[in-house]
Amino acid sequence: MNIHEYQAKEILNAYGIPIPRGRVALTADQVERAAKEMGGRCVVKAQIYAGGRGKAGGVKLIHHPEQAQEYAKELFGKTLVTPQTGPEGLKVRRILVEEAVDIAREFYLSITLDRSSSRYVLIASAEGGMEIEEVASKTPEKIHTLTIDPFTGLRSYQARWIALQLGLSGSVCEDCVNLILNLYRVCLEKDCALVEINPLVVTRAGWLMAMDAKITFDDNAIFRHREYPDMMDYSQLDPLEINAGKYDLAYIKLSGSIGCLVNGAGLAMATLDVLKEYGGEPANFLDVGGGATREKVAEAFKIILQDADVKGIFVNIFGGIMRCDVIAHGIIEAAGEVNCTLPIVVRMDGSQVEEGKRLLTESGLNVQCSDNLGDAASKIVGMLG
Amino acid sequence: MSILVNKSSKIVVQGITGRSGLFHTQQCREYGSNIVAGVTPGKGGIHIEGIPVFNTVAEAVKYTNANVSMIFVPPPGAADAILEAADAGLELAVCITEGIPVRDMVPVKAILKQSKMRLVGPNCPGVITPGECKIGIMPGHIHKPGSIGVVSRSGTLTYEAVKQLSDAGLGQSTGVGIGGDPIIGMNFVDVLKLFNEDPGTEGVFMIGEIGGAAEEEAAHWIQENMKKPVAAFIAGVTAPPGKRMGHAGAIITGGKGKAEDKIRTLTECGVIVASSPTRMGEAMQMAMAAKGKEKG
Repeated sequence: MNIHEYQAKEILNAYGIPIPRGRVALTADQVERAAKEMGGRCVVKAQIYAGGRGKAGGVKLIHHPEQAQEYAKELFGKTLVTPQTGPEGLKVRRILVEEAVDIAREFYLSITLDRSSSRYVLIASAEGGMEIEEVASKTPEKIHTLTIDPFTGLRSYQARWIALQLGLSGSVCEDCVNLILNLYRVCLEKDCALVEINPLVVTRAGWLMAMDAKITFDDNAIFRHREYPDMMDYSQLDPLEINAGKYDLAYIKLSGSIGCLVNGAGLAMATLDVLKEYGGEPANFLDVGGGATREKVAEAFKIILQDADVKGIFVNIFGGIMRCDVIAHGIIEAAGEVNCTLPIVVRMDGSQVEEGKRLLTESGLNVQCSDNLGDAASKIVGMLG
Repeated sequence: MSILVNKSSKIVVQGITGRSGLFHTQQCREYGSNIVAGVTPGKGGIHIEGIPVFNTVAEAVKYTNANVSMIFVPPPGAADAILEAADAGLELAVCITEGIPVRDMVPVKAILKQSKMRLVGPNCPGVITPGECKIGIMPGHIHKPGSIGVVSRSGTLTYEAVKQLSDAGLGQSTGVGIGGDPIIGMNFVDVLKLFNEDPGTEGVFMIGEIGGAAEEEAAHWIQENMKKPVAAFIAGVTAPPGKRMGHAGAIITGGKGKAEDKIRTLTECGVIVASSPTRMGEAMQMAMAAKGKEKG
């Protein structure tokens, strides 16, 4: 689960990490007022669930409040496309107005899970800022990583080693040690999949400050953080994806015309691969979960049909233990409820498969069944011809 | 022959009184698995479907000599359940639970490095030795006894692969679903090592997907060590680049994780990779035939 920059900064600040003075605004007038509060000279930053905003025109240094208002009018409702948003981009609904800070040096600092060691890893670089991924691929020696032992935790001397690698000395170095230890506390106590400060700066006045921050929470840990659902900005998510989330379905909108309903993420990906191989274009990725139930199948079916681009539906359920007649009932129920006349191809396997097929063929829906993945894919592509 | 589980595996089910715990206990027993005990804290002393329930895994082991655990404990208590199984001296725990927080699994993984217990999963379909023992949620009927080892990160896609293998006349020695979570117990290489040493396994089919670098690690291990033919499928060739936040993931993986990179590495390391999910059985047949020629 993602949150906005300003929310991430609030969390960091609660753990003693300094951030610039700032205010979140929902209207251009609020932006102007906030700019006045900052003394006119300020930074106006679009809040979207992705990085790379600067180059996409979502961040600007402002010199007087009227200019802030003008820029905010342009920014609100605008779709920003960055390398992290995907081609469809994200709409700006919230803006952060911050005091302008004079920066002496910029660093990169983050903690995330390293899958290969199954431990949290601290990543730091003296080359902070926008081109960090390029730094990592071209000059990996400028990236410092530290694998954290879960039992000893992150120790001061380790944090100091990182701070020294960043070229810090004296009291700023010790401030950085504390900041790093606090960042690890944020990571653990808030169940973060990622906590990133980029850039972490030393100001001209000699203070450390988190100029930009990103936090992604571990979705599996939301059950022990009751406040998280309220922090979600639903305007940053596709409405169909939100609806799917309510029913615990994994849905991702794609650009094609064949709606896909599959159980299991691996099989769902393989289904997209097979459709493309046969010349079809999938309209979505949809995983109803390994153990598909009648209710989930019915809800998934309705979500697919809300996408106006969908011209046909491909159902691929490897039920195994789940009974195929139950799944067939789910499909018939949902299709009937929304008067679906689109062509449907169903590929099912599992117990009661013959009964499932009989129910579908006698349902009056425009449906064909198939036992074989390749055959089913060629059928749906052929029907949309 | 087989790996990890067989007829003599004595199974304790942690979380046996939950809805899916009980359902799959019954399914496994119908398949022929020897379920000797259940564990649900606070319900010790009762019998469920004739199976004695204990408060702790240690008690279950003491009274039934259970040596393998199947875990259905919900996410908040699942990491604890894995550690309890290790502490009770079990040889293997198969954790089916989906949705365990990463923060809980980091210390579990570190402790298991010093334990003799092997962990399969979490968030996996389980382990099956066809005709002998099923520990997990996979449909038993698609499996046929034979000599192909199956190892997979996926759930239902494994069922598709196994069905294609069985239809092509390639039965399985053991099927292992290692799970799709960021932190898992046994990985591809751990399972490949066991298949390499198992006299009952003549070839291996491996199912991977986009993300991480586990398939690449497996590919290099296969090239160096594997004595038996390996075929594979990687799901997600056409998956769109996802939305993401921040740079840390890209920095530590060095941009790895794309399907085409995995397929290239596997092919370079001598693995036959199915070009389509409809040709998984075919790819395994090709791998076996190529090995046959080499020998002949």
